[in-house]
This record gives sequence, C-alpha cells and structure tokens, in this order.
Amino acid sequence: MNIGDRGLRLLSGLALFVVLAAILAIFGLVVVEGAGALSWRMLVEAPSSDLATGGVMPAIYGTAACTLLMTVAGVPVGVATAVYLAEYAPRRSRFATAVRAAVRILAGVPSIVFGLFGLGFFVLFVGKSIDGLFYRDAASPVFGRPALLWSSLTLAVLTLPVVIVTTEEAIRRVPRELREASYALGATQLTTIGRVVLPHARAGILTGVVLAVSRGAGEVAPILFTGVANYLPRIPTDVRDGFMHLGYHVYVLATQAPDVDRARAMVFGTVLVLLVLTFVLDAAALLLRARAHRGTRS
Amino acid sequence: MNGWHLLPAALLVLACSGRYGGAPGAGARITVRGSDTLVVLMQRWAEASTTSQPDVVVEVSGGGTGTGIAALMNGTTDLAMASRPIAREERARIEGSGAKLVEIPVALDAVAIYIHESNPLSALTLDALRGVFAGKIRRWSELGGADRPIVLYSRESSSGTYAFFKEHVLQKCDFAPEAQSLPGTAAVVQAVARDPAAIGYGGIARARGVKVLPLRLADGSVVAPDHEAATTGRYPLTRPLFVYLRAPANPEAEGFARFLVGPEAQALAEEAGFFAWRSPP
Amino acid sequence: MSTSRKPRRRFRRSLGERIAERALALVAASAIGAITLILVFVVREALPLFWDGHEGLALAAPHRYPNYDHPVYVWQPVGYPPKYGVVPLFVGTLKITGLAMAISTPLSLLAAIYVAELMRPRRRAWIKPIIELVAGVPSVVLGFIALTYIAGATQDLLGCTYRLNALVAAIALSLAVLPVIFTVAEDALHGVPLALREASLALGARRYQTVTRVVLPAALPGILAALVLGFGRAIGETMIVLMASGNAAVLDPSPTSSARTLTATIAAELGESPRGSEHWRVLFLLGMILLLITWALDAVGRIVVRRLARRLDPSTDEGA
Repeated sequence: MNIGDRGLRLLSGLALFVVLAAILAIFGLVVVEGAGALSWRMLVEAPSSDLATGGVMPAIYGTAACTLLMTVAGVPVGVATAVYLAEYAPRRSRFATAVRAAVRILAGVPSIVFGLFGLGFFVLFVGKSIDGLFYRDAASPVFGRPALLWSSLTLAVLTLPVVIVTTEEAIRRVPRELREASYALGATQLTTIGRVVLPHARAGILTGVVLAVSRGAGEVAPILFTGVANYLPRIPTDVRDGFMHLGYHVYVLATQAPDVDRARAMVFGTVLVLLVLTFVLDAAALLLRARAHRGTRS
Repeated sequence: MNGWHLLPAALLVLACSGRYGGAPGAGARITVRGSDTLVVLMQRWAEASTTSQPDVVVEVSGGGTGTGIAALMNGTTDLAMASRPIAREERARIEGSGAKLVEIPVALDAVAIYIHESNPLSALTLDALRGVFAGKIRRWSELGGADRPIVLYSRESSSGTYAFFKEHVLQKCDFAPEAQSLPGTAAVVQAVARDPAAIGYGGIARARGVKVLPLRLADGSVVAPDHEAATTGRYPLTRPLFVYLRAPANPEAEGFARFLVGPEAQALAEEAGFFAWRSPP
Repeated sequence: MSTSRKPRRRFRRSLGERIAERALALVAASAIGAITLILVFVVREALPLFWDGHEGLALAAPHRYPNYDHPVYVWQPVGYPPKYGVVPLFVGTLKITGLAMAISTPLSLLAAIYVAELMRPRRRAWIKPIIELVAGVPSVVLGFIALTYIAGATQDLLGCTYRLNALVAAIALSLAVLPVIFTVAEDALHGVPLALREASLALGARRYQTVTRVVLPAALPGILAALVLGFGRAIGETMIVLMASGNAAVLDPSPTSSARTLTATIAAELGESPRGSEHWRVLFLLGMILLLITWALDAVGRIVVRRLARRLDPSTDEGA
C-alpha cells in the first residue's frame, strides 16, 4: 500500500477511534456510576428537602407533562405547515420560500434566546394580559408568572423546525402514483392528504415527533425563566403551576445541592434517567426513520 | 394504524386533566423564590408546613436574592427569600405600585470564608480579605502561605451572598475579573474542596469538606463564625436572612409566613446549620 | 429534494377545499410569525437602552468608570455604578467557540472521511447511528460530565491553575458539536457520485489523491454547511459553558483561563434583574446580539455554499 493511502487510513481511522473512544469512555463512566445509584425508589419517590435522598419522580413527571403539552401544542402546527409546504405551496412561491427561511432561522436561534422570548412574550405579555383582562382583583398573578404552560409553549416553538422539516421530507417521499390513484378514484385533495398521504408518511412524521420530544425533554435553557422550579414536594396538577424537570434537576444537583458529595448518587441517577430517556427516544427515531425509508423504496 | 390515532387522544386527556379556569388562588399554591442560601432551609420549611397544612403546596425556587426580589416586583412570586435587606430602590419600586412590603427576618447566617483543608493559614483580617478578592493580593506567599497563585471563587451577581460580601468586605472595590463566578454555594464549596490554592465564601451552613477560615478583628482577636460569635454580632460577617411579601397577600402566603417565625420552623433553622432569629443586635 | 411534479387538480375545487388551503397557509405563516415575535419581543426589551440612555454600557470601546484610573473593559453588573463592558463576554464567547471548533473540526471531518470513504458499508450502517445518538444528548448532561470528569482530568494532565476553564468547556462543547458536523459532512461525502471516484481511480490516482483532490472538493459545499451549523450550535450553547467555564469575565485569551460567554451571562443573570431595569435591558441586548450573529451566520453560510456549489457544478441553480 502506498504511503499516502496508509497515512490517510491511519489519520482518519485514528480520528474515528478517538471520537468513539471518548464517547464510550464518558458515557460508560456515567452509565456504570449511574446504574449503581439508580433504584426503584429513585423513580417513584419525591426528593427529600436537601435533594440528597429520595427520588426524582416529580422531575420525571414534570418532564413528561412539559413535553406532552409541548407536543400537543407544537406538532399539529408543524404537521399542518409541512402539509402546506409539500402539498399546496406552488413551486417557487415567495410565501413558501419565506416560510422555509423562517424555519431555517428558527432552527438556528440559540436556546437561551428562546428563554428570553418565553419570558418576554408568554409570561410577561400573554400571561399578564390574561391577568389584566380576567383576574383583575387577584392578589397574586394567575397566568402572569412562570408556569408549566409557558415552558411547554416555549419548547413547542423551539421544536417546531424539527417537526416541519422531518414531516415535509416524509410527505415528499410518498410516491406520486398513490396520489394519482386516489384522484383517479374521485377523491378530493383534502381527502387524498388525510387518507392517503399522511397515513403513508406516518413513520416519517412520527420520526419528527419523537425527535422533537427528545430535543424538548433535554433542553434546560429555555425553561430557566419560564416555569421550572428547584423543588416541588408534589406533582403539579395545573398548567399554571411550576414544575420540576430532569435536566434542570441535574443542573441544580450538580451546582446547588446543599451537600454535593452526599447528593452524588442522586445526580448520577438523574443523569442516567435523562440519558436513557433521550437515548430511547432518539433510537426510536432512528429505527422509525429506517423503516420509513425502507417502506418507500419497496 | 390505531396506535397512531391513540397518541393525540392520550395527549388530549393529559392536557385536559389540568384544572383550567379555576378561581384565582383556588390552587392554594404559594411560590417562594430567591436566595440560594435559604433555599434548602425553605425546602425543609415547605416540607414541614405541608404536614400541618396539607392543602397548600409550597413551590420553592432558588436563583439568588436578586431573582427573588425581581420576581416579587414583577409579581411572579408570592414570597421572596433574601440574604440581604431589600435595597431602597427595590422597596420604592414595589411600594410605588400601591402595595405594602412586609419584611420578616427568619434566621441568622454567618458568611464563612472557605479554604482548602490543607491550607495552613490560620486567620485573615478583613483588609487582607478585601485585597485578595479585589485582586490586589495574588499569591498565597503574600499571606504567609505556599508560593502559588490564589484562585478566587465567587458567586453569580444574582446572589445575596455576593452582594453582602461586596458591601461588607470589598466595599467600594470591584471583584477581580479573574474571580470565577459559580452558580451556587455548593459549587463554590465543591471547587474549594478540590483546589489547594482556592479561597471562596458562602453561608456557614454549607461548609463541608473545606476549612472555615476565622477572621482577625481590628483588636487582634481571632473570631470564628460559631453560634456565640454570630448571635452576639462579634463575627463581622453575620447577617439576617429575610422573607419578603406584598402586604395584601393571599391568606395561604400569610399563613406560611407566620409559620416561618414559629418555634417549629426556628428549630429547623438551627438544625440546618443556621442560627435562630433573635431580635436584631 | 424531489423534483417530481405533484399532480394538481385543475378543475374547480369545492369551497371546503379552498378554505382548507387558506387555513393551512395561515398555519404555515406561524413559522414566520414565531421568528418575528422572537425578534420583536427581544428587541422591544432591549431597544429603550438607546433612547432612554444608559450608564455603564460599553459595547466596543473601553469605558472609564469612577474608582478606575484608566478606561477598562469590565463586566460587573452589580456595583456602584454597574459596569456593562460587553467586550470580555465577546472574548469569552469567541474563545470557547473557537477552541471547540478547533477540537471538533479535524476530528469530525477525518472521522467522516474514514466512515464515508474507507469503511465497509455494513459497518458504516451501525457506526453512523452511534455518533448520531450523541447529538441527542442533552447539553446539561455534557455540562455535568465536564464538571465531574473533564475538569479533573485536564487539571491533572495540564496542571491548570483554574479547575474550570475555557478548555474544559470547549472539550465538552465539542462533544455536542462533533456529531452535528460529522453527520452533515459524512452525508456530503457519501453523496459524491461514485462515478467521480471511479474515474479518478481509473486514471491511476491513489485512494488518498482521490479523496483529497476529487471527493473533498466535490463535497466542499456540504462540509462548509456542516461547519457553519456546528459553529452556530457552539455559539448558542448555554448549559455546558454555564457549568464548566468558570464564568469569569476576563480578557485573557489563554485557553486554560476562565471565560464568560454571552449565553451563560444571560442564563445566570436574567432572573435577578427586575423587568425594565438597565441590567434587564442589557441582557436582552445580549440576546439580540446572539440572534443577529446566528442570523448573519445563516446568511453567510448560505451565500458561500451556493457560490461554491455553482462553481463546482454550474448547472445547479439551487444550493440547498
């Protein structure tokens, strides 16, 4: 083998090895130490007041509730946008170009700026306006303060591009023949989309939803000022409540727990829960994507 | 196919399970926000009050005294925890909106100076401490220690401990720009515990795995932040911790505030490493 | 992008159909609405600084404050008077982002070359998803990893004075950026037509010559897009730098000194400032600056990529 070839193979192989080794080493360490700390109790109990013992159940619930509300709010908008872009927008339409540019820019906005936006728009503008209109005589603000609702909506805006891009791609991959067959049978465009295109693009759309959920579950910066709380002895029952969140809980445990050494087991356990959650979601998205691609090729 | 239809339905059920449109305050939810120094104790208090007032949920968040007071101003919290007295402008802003501000001292705290356990230094004057944190004294050898740079650990400016330290130790000086600002007292303690060249500061209740450096007073005597020195006011970096609320508050918040000054809550404060509040010295 | 024409019904459509199309267009406008609202609500809180006046804000030039004998760049938002020298924050942001790019660019590109060019397809099929999975790791987890493992390891290895420093944050940040650059760059390399490679090899070129002179230039637009994407992700990352950089607003360019970024400053300080105060507005101004940076990055990236694509293949008129 030639020296240049050997050099290329060696150098690039080494880089890949370093990347994989770093990934394996770091996540291996976290998983090993986290698995030792994880217990059934951690998953079903509320944390003790100093956060060092007990569990993270309220944080798991808060994360789940927040991402579910986010999905309810964001996915319909994202899917509808993608349907419009893929099925209705004329080629080279200026409006569609603008929407695509907006989606691309939205995807690049730093997450902390979403936090600023969530606080400035949802909490202080929308929330305060609702209070001013309907709860004029309340002693303390009802909607005009950080809450689960506002965090979820902020995250819905943040994950919108993921849903739109993946869904549009999935819809575009639906074979033309299927649509033609539907029209030939006399179906309208709306019926064709609802009965043929969307069901056929199901796996692809679901990929986008799962990716959005995984992204939303892991983001901390956008919820810092819009609703997350350090400590809640009970799970929130109202969308106007604050909530605990796994990612924020990791941050709090790692930097603000009263006794970091005693809380070490809790941090590792929480990190592992969060990591497993996002890994499972992302792996599911990868599998769904693979299935979606296979489905259209056959 | 059917699983696909189940998902939105499940989401909808969850979304609707929240109580929408209830009367204001019907949730009986109190939010407390502010000083990280108080956050742990407040969580204990919240827990203790839940056993006596099961209908009231107390929600505790940290972020620093500034955060709490800002939230009180913005009306986004019921109670603010503070590790410094409220500033005049802050008070004016709240009272300017027609509300009355109630100040409740809830415990006494001493700001301790943390150094690494292996550091041989036995005491420091307030002037030397100012020199260290303003970046004028840069090596431990200048204080009679080993010849290595001093690594400063400070807090984020939202922290009341930061403001207190700035006012009582640094006075007109600024912190040295090299001072690392960490997001919580725990992070400071953790950093100092692992760094032989470190010095940091924070509430006495949090000092674990670090050496607490006593102060040398002007008369030459050395005083450590213990119960006696704090309650008599001999330790110069002693401060009251407060809870603030707006005067026409909802009854749950008022009830909780009353609980804080009661004997049960005060005993918990002592247990957590603070000192029970007595009348101001 | 599919170029197949969708069949479109030309005859008259029912009212319901037309209403549906309008409604969908309206929903699609929400993306434009969202980006507009973000801009409006960030700018709305920041702009009054410029007409209401400000005390200690210093965007570019050093500022002379009382108690200082010469003009300085200082970020001390709590103090009398408050000092908002933004330059140390720019230095910190650039330092950490630059370091993270310096670490992740060579590693991810070389790894992408190996996976796309030298690896057997069956192995590629499972190596790629592994690296893609890392892209989904929440940044707060990477920040925690930096705090618990990377900080100690770099201090033991390099003997840095500061346990938390720009390098520690940059290493953790490259873990976040690496999979992004890798995935997009690998796609670009993999997308280079096989015919190009075969032609090059048939002409007697070595494998390394084919890779460096044929495949890499052909994939350049995609690779640049990958780098721009990675840079954008690095500059906007918050939790990693907040937890691992030490957050001292220094001007020191050394990688082992601390650094305070724009994002971490907003995250750490926004909660403390009352609405409408000068500090609050300065923090929204930082957010506005971040927004403009990412915007400019997107524009520059697209222009460069489009130009390159046109130069490489004049027949394509659309870059993306």
